[in-house]
Amino acid sequence: MDRIGKQTKATRRAVVTGAGAALLGAAAPTVVVGPARATPEEMQATINKLVGDAKLKAGKITIDIPPLVENGNTVPCTVTVDSPMTEQNYCKAIHVLNERNPQPNVISVYLNPRSGRAAFSTRIRLSDTQNVTVVAELSNGSFWSASVNVVVTIGACLEDVI
Amino acid sequence: MTRRPSRFRILLLAIVLSAAPFSSPFEAAEIPLAERRSSYDMMSAETRAMQDEDTSNPGMLWVLEGRELWSRKVGAARRACADCHGDAAESMKGVAARYPAFDESLGRPINLEGRINLCRTERQQAPALAPESREGLALATFIGTQSRGMPIKSDDHRLTPFIEKGRALFSQRQGQLNLACSQCHDDNWGRLLAGIPMPQGHPNGYPIYRLEWQTLGSLQRRLRNCMIGVRAEPYLYGAPEYLALETFLMWRARGMLIETPGVRP
Amino acid sequence: MTRALINVPTKAKRGEIIGLKVLISHKMETGFRYTTTGERIERDIIHTFIATYNGDEIFRANLHPAMSANPFLAFHAVATESGVIDFQWHGDNGLAARQTAKITVE
Repeated sequence: MDRIGKQTKATRRAVVTGAGAALLGAAAPTVVVGPARATPEEMQATINKLVGDAKLKAGKITIDIPPLVENGNTVPCTVTVDSPMTEQNYCKAIHVLNERNPQPNVISVYLNPRSGRAAFSTRIRLSDTQNVTVVAELSNGSFWSASVNVVVTIGACLEDVI
Repeated sequence: MTRRPSRFRILLLAIVLSAAPFSSPFEAAEIPLAERRSSYDMMSAETRAMQDEDTSNPGMLWVLEGRELWSRKVGAARRACADCHGDAAESMKGVAARYPAFDESLGRPINLEGRINLCRTERQQAPALAPESREGLALATFIGTQSRGMPIKSDDHRLTPFIEKGRALFSQRQGQLNLACSQCHDDNWGRLLAGIPMPQGHPNGYPIYRLEWQTLGSLQRRLRNCMIGVRAEPYLYGAPEYLALETFLMWRARGMLIETPGVRP
Repeated sequence: MTRALINVPTKAKRGEIIGLKVLISHKMETGFRYTTTGERIERDIIHTFIATYNGDEIFRANLHPAMSANPFLAFHAVATESGVIDFQWHGDNGLAARQTAKITVE
């Protein structure tokens, strides 16, 4: 199973321009019958805001999510970043993002050398089959990313209350 | 345990079975005792891991609450469960494994939630707990987990007419999809429906933390979900049909081990 | 009062990396669900979780509606000295709760 991520192919400039328009559209007040859905472009825009001017590199991150989940409401997810977690070199932040839930953010975790290990486990909601992307920020200012595709048969978020 | 091969024939099967002449008496083939499997065996490794560890099993949150409620004095009688029953680990050991049990005064089986309510109203002089209420589920889960690892017992002959009634309900077609429980859970367990293997449908983990509900719920809630699933109108909570089904299902699962609190997809 | 199950080792060796787990009872209402009559159900989630070890932060998380109900977090810390590990979480509608656990480090 391929766990190490792939980088998106779109150039940053083109995505930033496109994302700006998308964000403006999303900010206008609307009457929605159903919840709005994020798009891969919105996720990319969120990533760009996190990363800023730095270059996003592939690697260092292992994402452990079942490739086929039984229920999108509770998807176990373990993220590990390869880092010695010393004062000189540690992972500062880990961001988990998705591209098809109503919002791109899932969880952002902040660490320091006292954290011991740049790894955590949690349970997330995934509304549909989609890519889950993780962005890690290291103390030396570098940014790393990885992503996995998860198949969700029964989704979360978008169901009605009975 | 070898898995049956995954094929999407169930939908086709459902259509074929639904199209069969409605007057034909459908004889469900009971699962041989040795072939019975807990739904736990059908789950993914991750979901099983969620159930296995008490530190990460969400159902344990209700066990925690149930433990507190066990010692809380309630009602006009200002009495706690503990006042009569002492340490639950001793007094409640094996209890959930033999419920629903026949109640002499009512002349019919009563399930664990019903038994808790009888104690509430008669002994504690407190109002009964509503179906699926947090407190009711917490107590049922706390008591249920005292039987964890123990085999289900169903050998009371007074329950026989109710088991038969439950078996009849289990085998009867219902709803717009015109499906009987037995068609999926006796005849096609292990086959995939929407990518997920169908379980045999044993009640040995209840009350369960169901990922679909994102909370803990009772067997009756699950049965209602199934009825809605075949587009049948569910009976009201507490209906005798549910009691009959629960009694039958526990008999059908006799000897299987209690897993409360179970985690299910 | 939010109910939570926390799991902290009672003893550890100095310098050892310990595992910590927390499971908090909470609906994590997303704000994206609707009632059958079309009313939106208000968002109600835990949005911040902070763990400190004798006052020093060891783990902080910002949670969004995409986190499952009854949030579960497993993370790590370096066992530096004996003391108290403190878990705090904050959420919508003024939710604020905390639980602590003691640890002995040899």
